[in-house]
Amino acid sequence: MPSVKSITKTLLLTELLQGLALTFKTMWKPKFTVYYPEEKTPQSFRYRGLHALRRYANGEERCIACKLCEAVCPALAITIESDVSDDGTRRTTRYDIDLFKCIYCGFCEEACPVDAIVETRIHEYHMENRGENIMTKDKLLAVGDRYEGMIAADKAQDAAYR
Amino acid sequence: MSLLGLYNSLAVSEQVALIKTVQIIGVLLAVVICVAFMTLAERKVIGWIQGRIGPNRVTLFGIPFTEGLGQPFADVVKLLFKEIILPANADKVLFLLAPMIALVPAFATWAVVPFSPEFVLADIDAGLLYVLALTSLGVYGIILAGWATNSKYALLGALRSAAQIVAYEIAMGFALVGVLMASGSLNLSDIVRSQAGALGWNVVWLAPLAVIYFISGVAETNRAPFDVAEGESEIVAGFHVEYSGATFATLFALPEYANMILIATLTSVMFFGGWLSPFDGYLGAGSLLSQPSFLWLAIKIVFFLFCFLWFRATFPRYRYDQIMRLGWKVFIPLTLIWIFVEGLMVYWHIGPWHR
Repeated sequence: MPSVKSITKTLLLTELLQGLALTFKTMWKPKFTVYYPEEKTPQSFRYRGLHALRRYANGEERCIACKLCEAVCPALAITIESDVSDDGTRRTTRYDIDLFKCIYCGFCEEACPVDAIVETRIHEYHMENRGENIMTKDKLLAVGDRYEGMIAADKAQDAAYR
Repeated sequence: MSLLGLYNSLAVSEQVALIKTVQIIGVLLAVVICVAFMTLAERKVIGWIQGRIGPNRVTLFGIPFTEGLGQPFADVVKLLFKEIILPANADKVLFLLAPMIALVPAFATWAVVPFSPEFVLADIDAGLLYVLALTSLGVYGIILAGWATNSKYALLGALRSAAQIVAYEIAMGFALVGVLMASGSLNLSDIVRSQAGALGWNVVWLAPLAVIYFISGVAETNRAPFDVAEGESEIVAGFHVEYSGATFATLFALPEYANMILIATLTSVMFFGGWLSPFDGYLGAGSLLSQPSFLWLAIKIVFFLFCFLWFRATFPRYRYDQIMRLGWKVFIPLTLIWIFVEGLMVYWHIGPWHR
């Protein structure tokens, strides 16, 4: 049998009114919304977005086709084929990343002994046609060439923690 | 021949009919526009309460500083152009008829609502009965929609809605019996007039009935926290699960919001003095603030509509058996008790019955 006190409390709706008072107060508080395309939240230099293949300053590809990234990739998103290149070094002839399979874990970047494959901070990209989800070697190198400044700066910032 | 000449050439009865038609169309348009902005207000208010800002992109015809105001119109255009999907096993006639059946009572009830001392579409003496009859008719649209869809979810939603509306209809009816005892009339305009003067509003003497009436109204319109008829976490979307496009808009959005505005209006009329000024009886009769006006009614309606949104943003959904318990075992006895108390007040001439 509920006590007289609890019945009075129920009939006077005290707890419901307390809840209403709380939401009413919350209504006037500043909003958390970020006006996305105009405003952006701060981004870590470790952000893992679109992949890129880097080159050395003299234009030589960093990637030596060791296939460590392919081996470590938990989603099996990376496919590599290699051959001996014209100058006698070991190079990839095919380096595909399937962006639909990729889970952006960053293991490929950590496995790479020569810092060739990296994940950039770019996260605003899209595909319009079937097949565009495959990042081929040419596309990856193009991303790397275009954003080398950003990648190098992020790596330099991260170096202190490695 | 000019339009005025044409109008003057009509018989008096035809002139009255013409004016009434124009008034009816005007009220309907006003209700529909209020519904449109209600959908926007709902998203805005709930957004604010949840620490967000709500729709803020669509402008009205590109006019600056109207960000978000165009949202309801964008939504309407979107819904009207969407495909209406007829489920293969649905009863096609009833499936398309149900939205219209839901729509008619939601709009027809407005006929007896007194908007201002001068303006009411139909000043009939059985106004209160008409309101009770039509608000409970609205459930037919929902039941038919749930049945015609031929889906388990829709049928469950319809059954829940029917049981809930029957349960709360009784509490609502008893609350209105209290109003009837206080005002001595079924005519809504008379009910408003009887609340004139200091401490004249029915809510002063019938506060429990007013609270129960409004909460039952929330339950009648199937709004949160009583929205188990939709219950998206349990029965997907309930009675409107298979509706899309224009049928969705007319089955779900229009009647639900029109009924919300109606319940807000009726609560103001029955318990909060309708178009009477809140200062009436406190300031002198000559004061501008104590004049009865549609504006006072509008302010009260807006407040109760805000309460609908406020409740939705604050309270979690009731469990189904708790809704039934609240309706049958709490509200109905409470209204009966207060009607008894009111009877004693009448007998001993307390409060408004002192004369």
